Amino acid sequence: MAAPLSAGSAPGRWRVLQWLWHELRIGLPIALIAAVFISTMFHDSFVRTLIYSLCIGLSIQFLIESGRYALTAWLRHRDPLCLPPQAVWPGWKWMGPWSVGAAVVGYFGGSLLADWLTGGQHTRNPFGSDLRPLALILMLSLGFTLGAVYFLYSRAHLAALQAAAEAAERSATQAQLKLLQSQLEPHMLFNTLANLRVLIGADPMRAQTMLDRLIGFLRATLAASRSGTHSLADEFARVDDYLALMAVRMGARLTAQIELPAALRELPVPALLLQPLVENAIRHGLEPKVEGGRIEIGAHRDGAALVLEVRDTGCGLAAGHPDDGSRFGLRQVHERLAALYGHSASLSLQAAPDGQGGVLARIRLPLDAP
Amino acid sequence: MMPRALIAEDEPLLLADLRDELQRLWPQLQVVAAVGDGESALRDALQQRPAVCFLDIRMPGLSGLEVAQALAEEWPAGVPFALLVFITAYDQYAVQAFDAQAVDYLVKPLQSDRLAACVQRLRARLAERAPVDALPQALEQLRALLAAHGAAPLERLEVIQAGVGHTVHLVPVDDVVYFEAADKYVRVITAEREHLIRTSLRELLPRLDPQRFWQVHRGIVVRARSIASAQRHESGKVTLTLRERPERLTASRLYSHLFKGL
Repeated sequence: MAAPLSAGSAPGRWRVLQWLWHELRIGLPIALIAAVFISTMFHDSFVRTLIYSLCIGLSIQFLIESGRYALTAWLRHRDPLCLPPQAVWPGWKWMGPWSVGAAVVGYFGGSLLADWLTGGQHTRNPFGSDLRPLALILMLSLGFTLGAVYFLYSRAHLAALQAAAEAAERSATQAQLKLLQSQLEPHMLFNTLANLRVLIGADPMRAQTMLDRLIGFLRATLAASRSGTHSLADEFARVDDYLALMAVRMGARLTAQIELPAALRELPVPALLLQPLVENAIRHGLEPKVEGGRIEIGAHRDGAALVLEVRDTGCGLAAGHPDDGSRFGLRQVHERLAALYGHSASLSLQAAPDGQGGVLARIRLPLDAP
Repeated sequence: MMPRALIAEDEPLLLADLRDELQRLWPQLQVVAAVGDGESALRDALQQRPAVCFLDIRMPGLSGLEVAQALAEEWPAGVPFALLVFITAYDQYAVQAFDAQAVDYLVKPLQSDRLAACVQRLRARLAERAPVDALPQALEQLRALLAAHGAAPLERLEVIQAGVGHTVHLVPVDDVVYFEAADKYVRVITAEREHLIRTSLRELLPRLDPQRFWQVHRGIVVRARSIASAQRHESGKVTLTLRERPERLTASRLYSHLFKGL
């Protein structure tokens, strides 16, 4: 997109030149083609025709361009949000009529200028007897004008599309990074490593088991296939890796119970969908509680729905102020469910109903979905 | 006399490891308490009055910083204040604050040479300090740490909703004379009456204007306008009299610098 005219500084001057080149590379060839065409058709002097077509062409372009910038500025002044940011295109609604006007005014204005330059009176009198050449030239200028305007439009449009695509890509990358950051929470990682370091000396066999769990957890977390699905058995295995790491860290304070009915093992689920819920239950429910508690993860079928549940006996919903990371985690679950299943899937968080305190997180998925 | 130490770390393996490493590097050090949560750490430290406290930052109950704050407030006069060493797995801001205040800290995973250096420093300070009380310096450091570690200010609270049975009382924040922490609740005291809200002072604090409401104790936040006078004691504590209420409040030595007199 030509976003020019920030003159003043040295780079500013360079940008004005760049802008001029951008503009003239539309106007000059058109004027040249018109000159060749008209001088051949009417057997006129090429140089004189060229002067005329240059004056007319550049006048038209000047009018179109100043209209484009002025209309954009005016519209944006009226309502700052009516146009996409940075776009210098007020829309066909304005530019269509303006271009027709610019063609007519530019034609006569440019002709008069050329008359003055060549010192003659070659402009065909619009009220003269033969209107056909005039009409033809007018139609031609109009055609060229619309062509030039269309070129400007598509250039602005393309640039806007490109900017939108870049922005989308940026925000996707950002979301991915944030997801990774929330998964690979440094506090969790370094504490796990600290435990591993101790175990290497004290109990090498247990250290090896813990390392295998950590490898499983890291591989699943870093896998780019987060958008994909895997079987519910795989999902539970990843959750089990994480819980095994946490069990080493928290010792007797954590009791984990994970149960998957055999009939549901092969059902496909979005990869690592449960992970943020399990992490929240531990980080905000059980870790802050002095006596620790229990986490239960289960799945069952409810009619045409698959229900996944994560419940803890931790501090409950009111106590913890979820930090940015876990809010992001929950939103991520919501968004993935909405994207994959629309309204037929849901996520709910509630106080566990059995009177033992803590939180119950429940995901419902349709069974017949992809 | 053998120096005594307390270790507070919520992960059992790490607790046992730190204990063993200390045993190896500093055989004379006697670990008199090894606990897994903040409340036990505070209770045992006040009871045992060890020379050194190793405090994990993230613990259930009270955080390591909160334990340190409570220790500074309640440490008995006449006993040299414990040397504090904070432990953290990953807390950029805390580490920066520790660095700035020259507070001793350890980063997990613990590395033997780093722990050895820490032990060296602690031994040197214990040997030199006999007549000098470490409390004033510790207070300075803690004030700076608490300021650096304070929660980011949230949207200011204008009205407090205190529920009693089926009724909710709306109390404008400006009517509150002081807030007092009471277990899992906060007592909200106005000139006329008292309400109980189900929140912690820690959560309430970032939503109060620090210009209007001063924390004078880890459990008390008082409206500055309501303080009529402040009387200093030898212990460093300050007694506050209020305009609208007959009772007196005690400002801890951690906050006594607020009342200097011009």
